[in-house]
Amino acid sequence: MTRAITLRRRVEPALIPLINLAAALVLSAIVVLAAGSDPVEAMVVLARGAAGDRASLGYTLYYATNFILTGLAVALPFHAGVFNIGGEGQAYIGGLLASLVCLFIGPAIGWPAIPLAVLAAAAGGALWALVPAWLFVTRGSHVVITTIMFNFIASAVMTFLIVNVLIAPGQSSPESVAFPVTVWMPSLGALLGPSPLNLTFPLALVLAAAVSILLRASRRGFELRAAGANPEAARAAGISTGAATILALMLGGAIAGLVAVNELMGAQHRLLLDFPAGYGFMGIAVALMGRNRPLGICLAALFFGALYQGGTELSFEMPKVTRDIVVVIEGLTVLFCGALENLFRARIARWLGREMVA
Amino acid sequence: MSEAGTELLSIVAATLRLSAPLVLAALGGLFSERSGIIDIGLEAKMLGSAFASAAVASVTGSAWAGLGAGIAAAVLLALLHAFAAVTQRGDQVVTGMALNILVAGLAPVLATAWFHLDGTTPALPESARFGELALPGATALAELPFFGPVYVRVISGHNGILYFAALAIPLATLALSRTRFGLRLRAVGENPDAVDTAGISVAWLRYRALVITGVLCGLAGAYLSMAAGAGFTRNMTAGRGYLALAALIFGRWRPAPTALACLLFAFADAAQTRLQGVALPIAGVIPVELVSALPYALTVLLLAGFVGVSRAPRALGIPYPANR
Repeated sequence: MTRAITLRRRVEPALIPLINLAAALVLSAIVVLAAGSDPVEAMVVLARGAAGDRASLGYTLYYATNFILTGLAVALPFHAGVFNIGGEGQAYIGGLLASLVCLFIGPAIGWPAIPLAVLAAAAGGALWALVPAWLFVTRGSHVVITTIMFNFIASAVMTFLIVNVLIAPGQSSPESVAFPVTVWMPSLGALLGPSPLNLTFPLALVLAAAVSILLRASRRGFELRAAGANPEAARAAGISTGAATILALMLGGAIAGLVAVNELMGAQHRLLLDFPAGYGFMGIAVALMGRNRPLGICLAALFFGALYQGGTELSFEMPKVTRDIVVVIEGLTVLFCGALENLFRARIARWLGREMVA
Repeated sequence: MSEAGTELLSIVAATLRLSAPLVLAALGGLFSERSGIIDIGLEAKMLGSAFASAAVASVTGSAWAGLGAGIAAAVLLALLHAFAAVTQRGDQVVTGMALNILVAGLAPVLATAWFHLDGTTPALPESARFGELALPGATALAELPFFGPVYVRVISGHNGILYFAALAIPLATLALSRTRFGLRLRAVGENPDAVDTAGISVAWLRYRALVITGVLCGLAGAYLSMAAGAGFTRNMTAGRGYLALAALIFGRWRPAPTALACLLFAFADAAQTRLQGVALPIAGVIPVELVSALPYALTVLLLAGFVGVSRAPRALGIPYPANR
């Protein structure tokens, strides 16, 4: 029986997300069918579009970079017991500060502006997370609601700034002038390209490892998890749970801010309207599917990155299935991996237990 | 009537038109949240209804069939929400987000597949929409000083769903404060244990609350695609579900103050479009983009207790039973 329990502990964390994911994919296939297309063909096109050649793979990893970052931005605060829905706004404000560095300091100092802009992006995200965090700790405001509100406030502020202040002179589309080439994030398109894959990808991987070490092997990480698991016990043990929560949310915000590095400094090379484009929200799906663990998040990000890239191909080859099918798959993944995560758990536990006892 | 007066009346009328879907969705969210279920998914229920109602109205040519389909779609989404949040005891915020993402993708996929248009439904003819109703006496009263123009331009001439939204405010107040169901609903959001001990099913109450949420969001969605607009377009709710949620918090989870908050937010919206590039006497040109942030900023200030206190139902967001 003990063996059964240990095996169950090992197998469950991997098996249950996979089964939930399978359920989401089966339902997505039914949606494709309802849309009048062949789900198997769609799946093949998706897979080929995501990893068929070097350029596709580069694009997949480029999208995955955003998902690793926003996934970590949700997961890290989650370990401290708060739900960060503000990745979208944090990325946006991170983009503002990074762009200011690129546009106004970049021309003067050249490539050293790159690390400076990366730090600015992180600072912007962290600052945008600080206010909800501080309001939560000192005034008890619900983080879910305040971070949602801050997404909208960021969007309004950024629309104002881009349309009225930072817009390139003499241009009607809402975007800034191009960043100087010296402050572009070094491209990895030569490796896997042509694609917008850039140094942010390895940076995101390093960050995932760093978050893993922080959570598992550091005193701060322990305090943070304690504040999330049992705030009263943590306080009794002398841990400042408020400080731990603020730290977790700010770190999450900082990581979300780096989406701007990948998107603006790595790919678009200018500040443009609404560049976070839902990546912040998708971080919730990534974190749920990756069970809030950095390794899991990287794998989930790879899956969603492939989905994004494959979805582009899909809309070319099968015009009846639009790119929106990718959003459907995302929604179903959040539903099954998050909201309905216990749907199959009891059945699987029973099945696994019986197997081992027999 | 002076020009300024006419302008004022048209802003008030626009405020009413913009507030109707907010009022319906916020009252919908009120039933869900007073029962203890956080409803981030108002957006999904509205968008689902906007699509289903426009799709059915365009196929059948009947506005009423469209409305029925919209309400049915929103109620189905509400039932899925209830299954995940009540029966499966899943995280309520995650459930709402999942619905929002799912519907944002599903509606344009189905629209494209069924109507061969890029994520939209065909434009609805006037006969398949909810058109403007002239209230009785609109022509007779038009000549009266002051009251005439107010009656004709502000009170009369809206569509039926808007009048229902106005009616829904006192109805929701009565339902919550004067009926047995309302009492139990409020109780289950504050102290589900007590309700359970009294032998009343917590789950059944919350399911019913979410069905009401579905019906009201269904009306809000149909309003967008069949009364305010003429057909479904991609992401046509444009964050109104979240704005309704903000209004609900701003209105302290009570019907009349919530409706007032909706009116305030709608007024900001109506004034904003008219203020575009206009220089005011003292303030100068107001940056309209920033005006749209006002409702959210106000809600944050309220949540933080800087302008009054807004206390959520005590059991909000906690699955019941808490441990099983």
